[in-house]
Amino acid sequence: MPFERYVEPGRVALVADGKLKGKLVSIVDVIDQTRALVDGPGSGVPRQQIRLNQLHLTKFRLSYSFTAPTRVVRKAWSDAKLNEKWADSQWSKNLANKEKRAQMTDFDRFKLTSARVKRNRARTAVFKSMKAKAARSGAFGKKKVPKTPAKKVRTKKAPAAKPAKK
Amino acid sequence: MAPPQPKAAAKPAAPVGGVQKAKLGKPRNYDLGNGVMRFSKSKMFHKKAKYKFIGKKHPKAPKATKPTVVVKPIGGEKNGGTRTVLLRRRTAFYPTQDKIKSKPHHKTFSKHVRRTRPSLTPGTVCILLAGRHAGKRVVLLAVLPSGLLLVTGPFAYNSCPLRRVPQRFVIGTSTKLDLGAFQLPAHLDDAYFKKNKKSAKRSVKRKEGEDIFVSKKAPYAPSEQRKADQKLVDAAVTAAVRARADRKLLRGYLRAAFGLRSSHFPHRLRF
Repeated sequence: MPFERYVEPGRVALVADGKLKGKLVSIVDVIDQTRALVDGPGSGVPRQQIRLNQLHLTKFRLSYSFTAPTRVVRKAWSDAKLNEKWADSQWSKNLANKEKRAQMTDFDRFKLTSARVKRNRARTAVFKSMKAKAARSGAFGKKKVPKTPAKKVRTKKAPAAKPAKK
Repeated sequence: MAPPQPKAAAKPAAPVGGVQKAKLGKPRNYDLGNGVMRFSKSKMFHKKAKYKFIGKKHPKAPKATKPTVVVKPIGGEKNGGTRTVLLRRRTAFYPTQDKIKSKPHHKTFSKHVRRTRPSLTPGTVCILLAGRHAGKRVVLLAVLPSGLLLVTGPFAYNSCPLRRVPQRFVIGTSTKLDLGAFQLPAHLDDAYFKKNKKSAKRSVKRKEGEDIFVSKKAPYAPSEQRKADQKLVDAAVTAAVRARADRKLLRGYLRAAFGLRSSHFPHRLRF
């Protein structure tokens, strides 16, 4: 499988390390094998050089010619609605979830655990009842079938607004 | 055993007489309490910037010296005509021994200033890290003058009674109960929790007419006083839990024990 993301003018990258960690930048020029000139007018990053091993390349690419001045990059950035697109992407959502998880306090972790327990109980109950139904109708290959349905466990729905549940 | 407070620094001396002197600052160096100064000689050298004055020479104004002697004329022949006489007579007492100086004594442990972590305020939910109640989430009631934390389960929630714990063996969480106007009974002090250790010495046992070879172990039974106090304190804590909107979850939280799962690193977690 060929590479799809290159270090090239216009390529948008996420800074993975250093002072600017977590900020989005756009490559303006490639200085040498290890460094690139980047600019981030839409994310508050001043034009500067950065080592390539500090960058994680994204699927986004802005269109401007190499060594474009900041005003051109800014225009391309806003025209492409890069900030919205990035916020929409799964990658940024995962990062946001990770951050949320790191910010959880001990009590929050307990709340999350108890919500998951509730959800799993509800799910198991539904699964068991479906299984029993299928067995009774003969589709499940089980001969001896209890008449009484599987014991219903607490099926209260978990509260919907739980952050970063997974 | 009141907790001693840090000493207030000595105030600058009041101006003597009518002359208004330039205001003196506080001395930066001070006695730590046992004859050791906070800053060493070399540290003070830098603090006072004495290096600025090394090698500098200021012409010293000659001080007007007060005369210590007086030359008196003396009559009579063959007396030389004059005598030099000391204005102040020499002291007649010479001590043969140095004075006994009283040294500032060492501060004993009971007089140390207690510093509690700022996260540990009354009402904080804490995680116990050691002892037979390790892992339990308990409520902090107060910091006793000995520096130990007074915690309770509450007993009805997780069977942790009123207990003293050193702050080292506790994680303070950000969850706090509003204990409101709760006042800890005054008799719940350090002496209240001290164990009454019976002497295990043979001589003591013999005096009391006990069998010196049998070590009896009486199972611990809380006194009526303890039970009453436990009830009193727990009533206040459970009322604080019930007053919250998330009372059910919070109750479950206090009942549940803390534990680490895989890829849980306590130094990276927020509490």
